[in-house]
Amino acid sequence: MTTTVAISGLTKTFTGVRALRGINLEIRAGEVLALLGENGAGKSTMLKILSGDYAPDDGTIALNGEHVVLRSSIDARRRGIRVIAQEPEIVHDVTVAENIFIGNLPRRARAFSAGRVRANTRDALAEYGFSDTLDAAALGGTLSPAQRQLVEIMRGLVDRPEVIAFDEPTSSLTENEVEALFRLIRRLRDDGVAVVYVSHRMHEIFRIADRVAVLRDGELAGVRELAETDEAELVRLMVGRDLGSLFQRTRVVDGAEVLRVEGLENDDVHDVNLTVRAGEVVALAGLIGAGRSELARTIIGDLPHREGSVSVDGVRVTLGSPADAIRAGIGLAPEERKAQALLLQRSVRDNMSLAILDRISRVRVVRRREERRIVAALIDRMRVRTPDMETEVRTLSGGNQQKVVLGRWLARRPKVLILDEPTRGVDVGAKAEIYAVIDELASSGTAVLVISSELPEVIGLADRILVMQGGRIVGEVDHADATEEAILALALPKSEPIVSA
Amino acid sequence: MTASKETRVSATTQPPALRAPESPPRPKSPARSLFARIGVQNLSLVIALILLIAVIGWQDPNFFRYQNLLSIGTSITVFGILAIVQTLVILLGALDISVGSVAGLTSVVSAMVFTSTASSWMGIGAALAAGLACGLVNGLIIVYGRVNAVIATLATLAAFKGLAQILSGGRSQGYTGNDPVFTALGRGTFLGIPVLIYLFVFIAVAAALVLKYTDIGRNIYAIGGNPTAARLSGINLNRYIVGVYVLVGTVAGLAGVLLTARTGSGQPVSGSEGLELESITAAALGGAALTGGKGTITGTVLAVILLGVLSNGLTVLGVNPFWQNVAKGALLVIAVVIQQRRSGQRAVGLPA
Repeated sequence: MTTTVAISGLTKTFTGVRALRGINLEIRAGEVLALLGENGAGKSTMLKILSGDYAPDDGTIALNGEHVVLRSSIDARRRGIRVIAQEPEIVHDVTVAENIFIGNLPRRARAFSAGRVRANTRDALAEYGFSDTLDAAALGGTLSPAQRQLVEIMRGLVDRPEVIAFDEPTSSLTENEVEALFRLIRRLRDDGVAVVYVSHRMHEIFRIADRVAVLRDGELAGVRELAETDEAELVRLMVGRDLGSLFQRTRVVDGAEVLRVEGLENDDVHDVNLTVRAGEVVALAGLIGAGRSELARTIIGDLPHREGSVSVDGVRVTLGSPADAIRAGIGLAPEERKAQALLLQRSVRDNMSLAILDRISRVRVVRRREERRIVAALIDRMRVRTPDMETEVRTLSGGNQQKVVLGRWLARRPKVLILDEPTRGVDVGAKAEIYAVIDELASSGTAVLVISSELPEVIGLADRILVMQGGRIVGEVDHADATEEAILALALPKSEPIVSA
Repeated sequence: MTASKETRVSATTQPPALRAPESPPRPKSPARSLFARIGVQNLSLVIALILLIAVIGWQDPNFFRYQNLLSIGTSITVFGILAIVQTLVILLGALDISVGSVAGLTSVVSAMVFTSTASSWMGIGAALAAGLACGLVNGLIIVYGRVNAVIATLATLAAFKGLAQILSGGRSQGYTGNDPVFTALGRGTFLGIPVLIYLFVFIAVAAALVLKYTDIGRNIYAIGGNPTAARLSGINLNRYIVGVYVLVGTVAGLAGVLLTARTGSGQPVSGSEGLELESITAAALGGAALTGGKGTITGTVLAVILLGVLSNGLTVLGVNPFWQNVAKGALLVIAVVIQQRRSGQRAVGLPA
C-alpha cells in the first residue's frame, strides 16, 4: 500500500500547553485511518495542521514522498488535502450549488453562471449518489444538520482530493445517514483515496476503519491494525487509565427538590417538565440540535417562553432575563466559553468576580481586598494554572479558561447551576478536576444540571439522565442502568431518514 | 524555509500576549510599577507627547509661556470632556456621533433660556436637561428600536442640528458676555488656572474612578468585552446602554453651555460641528478599541492633550491650518496601526 502522507516528529504548542508532541504517522492511499482520542487529545490540532490552518512548531509532512509546507487551507487544498469540518459554515442566502462551489465558482470571464454551477452540482450529487438527499437549488438556510454536513462533504469531493479527513462527521447524523456516509467513505477508499476518520465513537470505528491511531494528551499512544485489536485495548490507549477513575461520586442525593420546570414551551423547546434535587447531578443528553442549550437558556429567561413555569425551592421564578434567574438562584455556564462566557481581554480576577460584584460592593464601590481574597481561594481550590490573578484570560489554556468560568459560579453559589458542555475542548487532566468540582458542588447541596454530548461523561457524572430529541424530553435513564446504547437509542430520531440508499 | 515558518507561526498564534504566563513573576521595582501603572499603550502616548513638546519648544520657546500653556488647557476642555464620555460609549462597544449636534443645540438653548428668563442658572439647567433628553432619545432608539448605534446617532446628528437651526433661525442667539456666571465659566480663573481646566480634570477623574473602582465600571468593560457573557452574568445591558447615552447627552449639554460661555452667545453650528469626530479621534488615539471593552480614561486624556499640543504647536510654528488636519489624521492612523501590530492580528479581511 502506498503512503500518501508521512508525518514525522510533528509538534505543536499553545501557550505552554503541548497540543501535539513528536507524532509520527503514515496516512496510506486506499485505506481508512481512524484517529481516536478524547477531546483535547490533539485530534483537532492534527487536522488543523493537515488543513494548513496551523503551522507545526516542529516536524515535517511529506506528501507522496515530497516534503511540503502547508501555508494555508487554500495551499493544502491545492495539494489535494481536504479536511471536512465538523460544524460546516453554510451561507444561508445562497443555493446548495453555490455553497458547494464557494470560492471556486465556475464563470466565464468574470460573469458567474448560475446555470452552470447548478448543473455541475447535479452531476456531482448524482455521481456520489446524493441526488435524492440534496436539492442543488435549495437555499443554505433551509438545510437540516445532516444536509449541511453533506454540503461540506461535497465541497471536499468536487476537488477530487488525494487525502480526505472527516472530523466527527456523524455527530448530527441519524443511523441511516451514517450508513450512507460509510458507503461513500468505502467507495472513496476503493478509489485509492487516503481517508482519515476522526471520531471517539468506538462502534463506528470498528465498522469503517482499517487502521486506528490513538492520541492521548498530544502523544501517539499507539497505532493498531483494526483486525488485531479490540475495544478494551483502544479504550486503555485512549484514556491511559480506567475510565471510572475520572469520575468521583462522594455525594448522596437525599436533598429536597430545588428546581422544577413545568410545561415549558417555545419555538425550540416543547412541553418540558423536569426536576432537580439538592445535591443531585442531572444530565441532559441528546444530539446536537436536540434543544438542550435552548432549554437551558429558556430556563434562565434568556429565550422567551410561551407557556410553562420554572420554580426554585417552590417559588416561581420570573422568566424575564438572566438577571432575574440569578436573583432567584439559577446560574448558567454557557456552551461556548470564549463567545458567551469570558471577557478574554480582562483578567482572571475580573472574570471570576463578574457575577458577584453586587455582593462585594458597598455603595457601588467594589471591595477589592474582599474580591482578591475570594478569587485567590477559588484559583487555589480549582487549581487554575495562571501566573497570577491579573493575567488576561485569553492567555490561559482551554481547561483553565473553563475553570475560570466555573469559578465565576462557584463564587456566586447559586442554588441551581446549569453547565452547558463544561468539558468541551478540555484536556483529560482538567476534565477530572472539573468533574471533581461538580461533584463537590453537588455534595454541598447545589442542584446541578449538566448538558453534555459526550456519553461517557453523561454516564459517569450524572445521577439521572434526561434524553432530549426535537426539543422534547423523550426519556429518562437512571445512573445505575445507563449505557451508551440505551441513551443513543432514545436520542436518535425515528422519523423518515433523509438520506436514502 | 526557517524564516517563512517563523512568520507563519507568529501569524497564527498571536505570540506576544500568549507568552506572558510563562514569564516569571515580575520584581516590583518602583520604575517598573510606575510603568505598569501607566501601561505600555499610554507610555507610547507619553513618549510621543514628550517628543512633540521637545520639537515645538526647540523651534519656538514661546510655546512654554504660561499663557500659551493655559490656552492649550482651555482649548482642549470642550472636546476633552466629550472625548471622555465618548470613551465610555466606546467601551460599551458603541459610538455616539451626535455629541456635536447636541452641544450646538444646548448652546442655543442655554442662550435663549438665559435671554428670556434673565437667569444664567435657568439657562444652564435648561441646556443640561436638553442634553439629557437628547441622550435619552439616543439610548431609547438604540435599545428599543434595535437601531445600530452608529446609524441611530448619525440620524440624531442631523436631527439635533436641524432642531438647533430651527430654534435659532440659524443665527447666534443672545448675549451672555455680561453675565457673571457665564463669564466665570468661560474665562474665569481660580488660583490662576482657568475654570475650564478644573471642569475637564473633574470629569476625567470622576470617570476614571468610576471605571476603576465601582461595579458600574466593571460592568461597562464586561458589556463591551462580551455582551453575552455580561448578560448571562446578570448585568442589565439596557440600563447601562441608556444610562451611558444619557450621561453623554448631559455632558454634551455642559459642552454646549461652555461653548456659549466662551463665545458669549448661543451657537447652533459654529464651534460644535465636528466635535463628534474629534472626540472619537481622541478616544481611538488613546487606545480605546471600537469593538468595545478595551480602553482607559488615562489614555484618552493623554490623547486629548497630545492633540491639543499638536494643534497649538503647529499654530505657534505658523503651519498652515489645513496641514494641521493632515497631521492629526496621520497621527491617528499611525497610532492605530501600532496598536494592531502589537495585538498580532492577521492581515485578513476587515480588522476587528
